[in-house]
Amino acid sequence: MATKSIGLSQQPFEEIVAEHGPTVLRVCRAVLGRVDAEDAWSETFLAALSAYPRLRANSNIEAWLVTIAHRKALDHLRAASRRLVVTDEVPERPAKDGSPEGWESGLWEALEALPLKQRQTIAYHYLVGMPYLQVAEIVGGSEDAARRAAADGIATLRKTFPKGESR
Amino acid sequence: MMNERDLFAALPTIDEAVSQRLHQRLVDVANAAGLLDVAYRTIETPVGTLLLAATAKGLVRVAYASEDHDLVLERLARDVSPRILRAPARLDGVAREIEEYFARRRSTFDVPLDLQLSHGFRRRVLSHLPEIGYGKTASYAAVAKAAGHPKAVRAVGSACANNPLPVVVPCHRVVRSDGVEAKHMLLALESAA
Repeated sequence: MATKSIGLSQQPFEEIVAEHGPTVLRVCRAVLGRVDAEDAWSETFLAALSAYPRLRANSNIEAWLVTIAHRKALDHLRAASRRLVVTDEVPERPAKDGSPEGWESGLWEALEALPLKQRQTIAYHYLVGMPYLQVAEIVGGSEDAARRAAADGIATLRKTFPKGESR
Repeated sequence: MMNERDLFAALPTIDEAVSQRLHQRLVDVANAAGLLDVAYRTIETPVGTLLLAATAKGLVRVAYASEDHDLVLERLARDVSPRILRAPARLDGVAREIEEYFARRRSTFDVPLDLQLSHGFRRRVLSHLPEIGYGKTASYAAVAKAAGHPKAVRAVGSACANNPLPVVVPCHRVVRSDGVEAKHMLLALESAA
């Protein structure tokens, strides 16, 4: 992004949200599904806002945010697995107004059916555009393992996602 | 057969309503957690779009469009804190008073101010400016005297030129000691032609 940078000072956080908010939301959506995605997004950006003044200059902000989102998503998944009984709390459903299809698409549902590691590697590699080496640093394991997990996920998506939706 | 990139290109983009809701939620939780160091908004006025920025303590910056709002925000990130979000609610009171001022329904501002962008003598000068009444003027020399340094006339000039809170802190009421603002007279004359 072109900025009239003054010295080593940081961009206002508002610019970080505008630039990376949509990508982080897609990551949260792909890894967690619809209900928890917005909670994880908020937790990610709140944690990022808190740590932001201490972030080193020239850091890869996108990778930093995805790493935080990764951890916040894991927190949600752990909390969900601990929840033996459904709580009384009804999760707030995101509104569906806006563009005709809104935020929903069969592809999201197909993604949700994949195992966690496949969802994570697909999200970070295909939705964010990270190389597999960087993906492996976030999810753990080797670069090859990350590539294989994503490939397995893609193979399943090709079978399950309705055909003929290419434009 | 489509490749993987095309497959994900089919995902709908996030619509504006979702983005706005998430942004508002971030502002709310950041504010509650005491992490919203600088809130800002813009307001349309007869002198153009003004940028208004406030810390938890008070109004910290008012900027004309000619100052380049992006640059002003970048400087706030450097000089105050990079924890900056567009969060109009904190500035509702200021915005209302400024609207009333331009509608000639208000002659003084009573919102809390944060003068942290101004230091030393300049700050002392700014803190004296509200004493000049609405529609009145004072000379640089008189302001220098009021701020305790009768000889610091030029320093008063630079304090006014670097006022971080124009409009609200009335540097526009400070005029040259000769009393006559020749350029204003000339402009008034030319605009009547």
